[in-house]
Amino acid sequence: MIAFIIKEFRHLLRDPRSLLILIGMPLAQILIFGYAIKTDLNESDIAIVRMNNDKLSDLAIQHLDASKGFHVKYIWDHPSQIAEAFRKGEIRLAVVLDNNLESKILQGYPADIQVIGDASDPNTANLLVQHTQGTLRNVYREYLQKNASTPVVQVSARMLFNEENRSVFMFIPGTIVIILMLLSAMMTSISLAREKETGTLELLLVSPLRPHQIILGKVVPYMGLSLINACTILLLSKFLFEMPFRGSLPLLMSETLLFIILALCIGLYISTIARTQQVAMLLSMFALMLPTILLSGFIFPIENMPLGLQYLSALIPARWFVEIIRGIMIRGVGIEILWKETLILAGMVCIFMLLCVKNFKIRLE
Amino acid sequence: MENKEAQWSIEVENLEKRYGSFIAVDKISFRVKKGEIFGLLGANGAGKTTTLRMLCGLLAPTAGIALIDGTGVSQNPESVRFKIGYMSQHFSLYEDLTIWENFRFYGGIYGMKLSEIKGKFNELSYRLNMSDQAQRLTRELPVGWKQKLAFMVASFHNPSVVFLDEPTSGVDPLVRRQFWDLIYEAVLKDTTIIITTHYLDEAMYCDRLAIMDQGKISAYGTPNEILSHYKASSMHEVFLKIAGKEDILA
Repeated sequence: MIAFIIKEFRHLLRDPRSLLILIGMPLAQILIFGYAIKTDLNESDIAIVRMNNDKLSDLAIQHLDASKGFHVKYIWDHPSQIAEAFRKGEIRLAVVLDNNLESKILQGYPADIQVIGDASDPNTANLLVQHTQGTLRNVYREYLQKNASTPVVQVSARMLFNEENRSVFMFIPGTIVIILMLLSAMMTSISLAREKETGTLELLLVSPLRPHQIILGKVVPYMGLSLINACTILLLSKFLFEMPFRGSLPLLMSETLLFIILALCIGLYISTIARTQQVAMLLSMFALMLPTILLSGFIFPIENMPLGLQYLSALIPARWFVEIIRGIMIRGVGIEILWKETLILAGMVCIFMLLCVKNFKIRLE
Repeated sequence: MENKEAQWSIEVENLEKRYGSFIAVDKISFRVKKGEIFGLLGANGAGKTTTLRMLCGLLAPTAGIALIDGTGVSQNPESVRFKIGYMSQHFSLYEDLTIWENFRFYGGIYGMKLSEIKGKFNELSYRLNMSDQAQRLTRELPVGWKQKLAFMVASFHNPSVVFLDEPTSGVDPLVRRQFWDLIYEAVLKDTTIIITTHYLDEAMYCDRLAIMDQGKISAYGTPNEILSHYKASSMHEVFLKIAGKEDILA
């Protein structure tokens, strides 16, 4: 067994290039996700159409421009240029203020404000529109408090646990999941499929090694590698992206280990089905990576999916692990809240382990 | 009775393998003595490899018994595995490991101690005149060397039986000759060799033979017995006669 593990490490170390990829890839991915793929609003260009020089319009423009999400690029007195500017991509959003904004509001009439977003990128458009509405509501309330005697209901919203609404918080757990899945599952499945392809697996099967020893020997080196990667990502997310870390580290590490074991089991299972390295690679790509990315709830919220997909996503291990990471890191909860997710992962580990050992025995078919 | 059992290295009785209605190996029986070189000959698809795989415990037989040193292969696979070595049709050492690392690994999985592995390896590399090659990657070696190493690996843990599945296919005559020298050396140490091949000249190197055809053993005995039985001057003739008989039946 020990000889087996040593040999697996040798395989890994013999090829420094792929080792570099294995360790470098997580770094690259986390940097890409962390810096490039941001859904945070950052100084989007907007245009404002005002048809009146009243004080309230001034105030609205000031607020919008001062807000972190917007940069007021144009102020027009007629809406005719809006369409052209959108088409050229000069602005992401346009706000058309009522021509009698101030007087209407002071007299207690409803005033019209039109917000036009560029929905060729619907997610951003949505965020921008919401942000605009919020900003304008504040302007309106502030103005009324100063200039009218009517008491106003004040709604104050707080984004708990992530007050700045930073998308990094969403992406880091997702990235950890993807990297662990990719490394653990894909690498083990390929390495076992390779033994099948070159015929060395037959020698192992003829040898006194028992199936579980072969499996363990395959799994341990990749487990080590995955743990190293998990630690790198966590360190990066803490010190580079200032990801909060509110929960217990030992708990997070043990949950991570659980997930790694699960991913390894899945990888082994794939390799018991796949005959060649290519098949193993394709299977892990399509059967594992895509559902992990799409259905784990890290990009698309699970609650928004059709019911069928919601059920399907319950089968995706990554979904539960994303919940766990978010729970521990961002909300700072412990096992007393996350026991359900943990149990589900543990259950999946058992199932796949059984499947692997069973499939391995079928050599005596 | 007891005495007689001990002298047989392999006993096969009515061994059968079916895949659905297709019969790959059809109730064959044979025995192999200790320290014997036993050849399994036959055309492609005659059932040689299937037989070998059943004997190694890689395939479960549909029916019949296979004993190695008196131990049932399907009944007691774990203890049989320590007694056998196997060299498969494909070259099956790890190409990205060095020669020494390969030996170390295979010695390790058979439970040999590191000092034991080292000692045996040094002796071996001295004998094969390759002491300076130990740190070379297996990938870089010529084919003939790889085959020889694969055989040395298969017999490294002193198994009582070594199974060789077409070890010399695709190898030039000189290397084949060298390979057979290695086999003879091993037999001197009382190792039993079971070899499948479709090189008919190699048949004459074996102590005894079984020629398989369509899952059955159609000839069985020493090469000379078989030659005289078929009144043939070479194995080629025997082979053609066996195959020809089938043609007439078909």
